[in-house]
Amino acid sequence: MKRPGLIHLLTRGFLGLFVYVYLLPVQAAQPLVVAAASDLRYAMNRLVSQYRILHPQDILHMVYGSSGKFRAQIANGAPFDLFFSADISYPEMLQKQGLTASKVYPYALGRIALWSATRAADRLKLRDLVAEDIKKIAIANPLHAPYGQRAKEALQQVGIWEKVKPKLVYGENISHTAQLVASGAADIGIIALSLAVSPELRQLGGYSLIPERLHKPLLQGFVITRHGGNRPEAKRFAAFIRSAAGHKTLASYGFSLPAVK
Amino acid sequence: MSLSLSAGDWTALWLTLRLAVTTTLILLLLGTPLAWWLSHTRSRSKLVIESIVSLPLILPPTVLGYYLLVILGPSGWIGRLMQALGGQHLAFTFTGLVIGSVLYSLPFMVQPLQDGFSTVGRRRLEVAATLGASPLDTFFHVVMPLSRHSYLTASTLTFAHTVGEFGIILMVGGNIPGKTRVLSVAIYDHAEAMDYVSAGTLSAGLLVFSFMLLLAVRIVSQHFESQGR
Repeated sequence: MKRPGLIHLLTRGFLGLFVYVYLLPVQAAQPLVVAAASDLRYAMNRLVSQYRILHPQDILHMVYGSSGKFRAQIANGAPFDLFFSADISYPEMLQKQGLTASKVYPYALGRIALWSATRAADRLKLRDLVAEDIKKIAIANPLHAPYGQRAKEALQQVGIWEKVKPKLVYGENISHTAQLVASGAADIGIIALSLAVSPELRQLGGYSLIPERLHKPLLQGFVITRHGGNRPEAKRFAAFIRSAAGHKTLASYGFSLPAVK
Repeated sequence: MSLSLSAGDWTALWLTLRLAVTTTLILLLLGTPLAWWLSHTRSRSKLVIESIVSLPLILPPTVLGYYLLVILGPSGWIGRLMQALGGQHLAFTFTGLVIGSVLYSLPFMVQPLQDGFSTVGRRRLEVAATLGASPLDTFFHVVMPLSRHSYLTASTLTFAHTVGEFGIILMVGGNIPGKTRVLSVAIYDHAEAMDYVSAGTLSAGLLVFSFMLLLAVRIVSQHFESQGR
């Protein structure tokens, strides 16, 4: 009883696991998989819950990350049905490669802001970042995150890029950047206004808006990918984002709406 | 701590278990002949093969993940081959994850088995052969029962190592719910969203699970030792 007992127990446990993971039915309906720039994290969650009230039968799965990375993943065949980019040039690139199934729709203009969880960022300006007591400044990685590119441009525009460069830490995307600041690991950060005004972050600290003239516009665009081309839900969700209700929610998260072309 | 996982986290848990079970089963099949060969060959290529098998122990997972993405994706040769055969390329798929995990956990299966097979010794095999047992008979009725302990260790380590995988999965799998978002990636995602409650619940769960698994292996090992083997 003793020796075989243990082995049998483990074997049986493994068999049980086997049955659980292979014979259990997978979800019946195919969900719509939406890749969204992480500045949309809170605004999009709100939009999705509003959309679910109108179309409860549609299942949406959100994935948040940096726009440049999503572009590369979609170009490499990632199964995303819709792509919301913080920079309209990424979905436009996919369109040129023939990987899209709709027009590229501009849906918002993004803004950047100084934000801190440890000091009064609402009373600070970009130039104050050279101060000695600010040791670490978080921005998103300018290589593949549009908000990081705009932060870099603004710092260059006010002429302090070289001075603050040694203090910079880079977030993988804009919500990771916000997390670096929220944890206190970075004293201050340049993040998306849409995150700074969200209830989740507003309770942690104030923000000051960085003037639009200091950086190129952050025109954001979305597209239905070729992968989502024959999904009616993709069109439904796209129409909802472009509706008055969708615009209202986006505006409440600090996005201004681009002039209709 | 309450066990209030969201639907997405349950999916991630299910996917993680499915990945770990699949990887362990495949490695049991692949690892057994490989470990047997390594424990008995006198070939000079043994050292090279052994080094290759151990490579995932020291290679950053992102390196392995990068190569896999390049090979399995739509422009890689395996990805193109799959598409030519009317299938799909393997980047961002569960199959891609399984291939990555099999390579990544290879040493965790092969090394304990190789040690186990070596300690069986040639003498027992020769005796079995003299008694008229075929090599397969010998393997199933002499070697395997004597290597039970090694099989247990190897399977447990492979299983646990796969559950804890992160770098390769992020490279090859992306972060797609229901397909490639496993627990470790879900934790990363929750932390980024500053949802520390969910990240904490899942992390604590994995911590307890890993500890229990290792403890179970120790207990069984001790049990075997007290039985003489």
